Amino acid sequence: MPENQGPYLIRGARPLGGDPVDLLLEDGRIAAIDPDPAATEGAEVIDAEGLIALPGLVDLHTHLREPGREDAETVASGSRAAAMGGYTAVHAMANTDPVADTAGVVEQVWRLGREAGYCDVHPVGAVTVGLAGRQLSEIGAMADSAAGVRVFSDDGICVSDALLMRRALEYVKAFDGVIAQHAQEPRLTEGAQMNEGCVSDRLGLPGWPAVAEEAIIARDCLLAQHVGSRLHVCHVSTQGSVDIIRWAKERGCDVTAEVTPHHLLLTDDLVESYDPVYKVNPPLRTAEDVQALRAGLADGTIDIVATDHAPHPAEAKETEWSTAAMGMIGLETALGVVHKTMVETGLLTWEQVADRMSAAPARIGRLDGHGRELAVGEPANIVLYDPAAPVDVDGAAMVGKSGNTPFRGMSLPGRIVATFLRGTATVLEGKIK
Amino acid sequence: MRHLLSTGDLDRDEATLILDTATELAQVGDRSVKKLPTLRGRTVVNLFYEDSTRTRTSFELAAKRLSADVINFSAKGSSVSKGESLKDTALTLQAMGADGVVIRHSASGAAHRLANWVDGSVLNAGDGTHEHPTQALLDAFTMRARLGRLEGLRVAVVGDILHSRVARSNVLLLTTLGAHVTLVAPPTLLPVSVHTWPCEVSYDLDRVLPETDVVMMLRVQAERMRDSFFPSVREYSRNYGLDGERLGRMPAEAIVMHPGPMVRGMEISAEVADSPRCTVTEQVANGVSLRMAVLYLLLGGS
Amino acid sequence: MHARKPTRDDDGIVAPEGTRAVLDGNEINRALTRIAHEVLERTKGGQEVTLLGIPSRGVPLARRLARRIERVEDLSVPTGSLDITMYRDDLRLAPARALGRTEIPAGGLDDRVVVLVDDVLFSGRTVRAALDALGDLGRPRAVQLAVLVDRGHRELPIRADYVGKNLPTSLRESVTVQLDEIDGHDAVLLGPSRTSPSTTLASGTRPGSLQRPETTEGDA
Repeated sequence: MPENQGPYLIRGARPLGGDPVDLLLEDGRIAAIDPDPAATEGAEVIDAEGLIALPGLVDLHTHLREPGREDAETVASGSRAAAMGGYTAVHAMANTDPVADTAGVVEQVWRLGREAGYCDVHPVGAVTVGLAGRQLSEIGAMADSAAGVRVFSDDGICVSDALLMRRALEYVKAFDGVIAQHAQEPRLTEGAQMNEGCVSDRLGLPGWPAVAEEAIIARDCLLAQHVGSRLHVCHVSTQGSVDIIRWAKERGCDVTAEVTPHHLLLTDDLVESYDPVYKVNPPLRTAEDVQALRAGLADGTIDIVATDHAPHPAEAKETEWSTAAMGMIGLETALGVVHKTMVETGLLTWEQVADRMSAAPARIGRLDGHGRELAVGEPANIVLYDPAAPVDVDGAAMVGKSGNTPFRGMSLPGRIVATFLRGTATVLEGKIK
Repeated sequence: MRHLLSTGDLDRDEATLILDTATELAQVGDRSVKKLPTLRGRTVVNLFYEDSTRTRTSFELAAKRLSADVINFSAKGSSVSKGESLKDTALTLQAMGADGVVIRHSASGAAHRLANWVDGSVLNAGDGTHEHPTQALLDAFTMRARLGRLEGLRVAVVGDILHSRVARSNVLLLTTLGAHVTLVAPPTLLPVSVHTWPCEVSYDLDRVLPETDVVMMLRVQAERMRDSFFPSVREYSRNYGLDGERLGRMPAEAIVMHPGPMVRGMEISAEVADSPRCTVTEQVANGVSLRMAVLYLLLGGS
Repeated sequence: MHARKPTRDDDGIVAPEGTRAVLDGNEINRALTRIAHEVLERTKGGQEVTLLGIPSRGVPLARRLARRIERVEDLSVPTGSLDITMYRDDLRLAPARALGRTEIPAGGLDDRVVVLVDDVLFSGRTVRAALDALGDLGRPRAVQLAVLVDRGHRELPIRADYVGKNLPTSLRESVTVQLDEIDGHDAVLLGPSRTSPSTTLASGTRPGSLQRPETTEGDA
């Protein structure tokens, strides 16, 4: 657990990329902006000249693997990785072993997060018992538990039964919850290995058609609107999905959507190497899809960036493609990838980055203490980012337990210098505390 | 050339060199001593994760005719069936000093992966629904031997293109060698992006046959019917099966090829399978020469 | 092995700079005619002779010899070619090479007097390989060797039965035979070698390519 609790005087940081200010963090809050020198006595000074200050990032989609696959990641190691990536809150997906489908499991995860102390770990509850898609899990009990679950998802598996999905959407209205759907029509993707298209046809890998994602999104948007509930669409990956969500929002559906950093940058031709580090669900798509996703994130059709951080041990990836596990890690590289794909391209300002990676995900997850303005009196959840310090991504150098990053060997334009969770430094000088 | 993973990696000169080399090596089968000393002291491992007596035997005979030591490593009765990973198996072969590994695997890309893990040459003997380069090469060899050329040859490949590694390798290789390929199948058995492939596509076998020099029939497994790729064997065979009557509509010199094993009564009638215009047994014989050529070119040099 | 600028000598032979012609076309003709007569004499009329040229330049030489023998005696001499690539002992020193043609005349080699024909006799390793290859093809009554040039430097106990020209050379020199059928004109050129003899063994192919040999140098 990080122990250096300040106070800190951050000198010359640029909030949301704006004009430099000094920030005094004390007692877990932003105590002052450009404080009186007398007030800063005894504070540890952090030279933040040239650094961008953003509210602590919030990930709505993280796999921490604990309980069950502690060889790949634990709540502790995953929350350290999160802090290293500038996150102060993450949502831990329910597909653990046992599945997070009871109050007992979500409270265990929540408690492990508190004990680790690197970021707030908010468990996601399973929609159906054992993610089996047959019977609703005890959603209400998870909502009422100490973990206060608001986001429910069978992520990894689609709630494909339309009636069950309708019931889930309706049921969570009672406590303002949201169903985060993994949109994947199961019959259309039986045995699917990668995006269906020119590359899959050439490589002889069973294809994963875009329509398998889009059809479920369309259905769910209509269902959510019909029952007047909130729907969140996980890891949107196709141009068609963006179009459908845009259409649904226009007609008043309460839908939000996320895109992963890897879908903003990588394309399916990487699969030509047959290296399973590029195997992920949903699969990497085409360059046209990547452009549409960026545009969707820029215009707000896609509300947030979520990492879908999915750690796997080396042996799960050092195999032939079809037996390899799906998923990529992403917490430690997310901000750099968004910088590269969205900011350097002029599609988003830093202020909008703060919205897509902090404020909006906190809002969707109903987290009161995160995603707030950098203003006096607010919780001191802050990340300092150096936008002019390129890093070469190296899986072996990750703070998390697993090294399955698809960005390895690539250069990202900046790095996290410091992360503060309620005034406590979890990362300082680019190093985890 | 260090590995043979895909026919797409071969340029025209390289592909022609393989065929020319195979032409020379074909004579070895007619000699009193059917053996060359070329690969003496070299070790070739046949790593077969799928049963394929035909292909394994062909590679084994080819390697032995070149005096290589051959080790057959099949998935059954070895550590592979006990859950050893492909990578660990590769490292084991590496430690044994394998100069070449011939791999047959049900996973597309398995040969590519293996090539990352071993120092020796990797020969793809069929990976999933991806490629089967030596089959395409022996097919091209057989066409050239029978018809004297490949340039401008009109080749129709008929059947389950979607799941066929033979079709993929043939489209790439034959196009490189100047032949014109037409894929014929019901739309369900064609890849969605087939229009981007360097070939023609038709759903109508009867229209294609009169303008075809070589028709290559692919095996159609009955399980495809259960997965709704076509309604019934009868309907498939009526529309896409090759019988004597259809053969009669082809040019007089045209030949019928099949990579085997044939499903008589599905894609090919017994009458056609047994006709002298059907090259199935020639393809098998040519397979040995062709694989000798590939083994020599990959393992014979420095 | 060829220097950049070709120069034309008195006989009109194009000799690349740094090389000189040691045999011209007429001299090659005379040498072959003499060898033809010697073959007839040594084989008592040549009835049992089969000529096998070693690719690439041994093959046209064998054909020329056959024509000369047929002109003298009214008989048809079975002539073919014997590629020795698969029997070489230096295969691993270079990328795999393209194969030459092996064409054994109808009737085979059993009980024939096989005369191997090559352009240059050097280390003797090509002939060693050819003898191995012959053993797998049949059982000749006798095997003899005819070469256009013997440049010495044997590395094996092998000698030629018929020699067009004995040419004492240094290991720093290269011998290149050019024949009308392949090169457009006849000549034997002597020039500087840039590589040592052991590596010239592999110089039939360009490194990293799968080209057919273009010069005879180092065919040993």
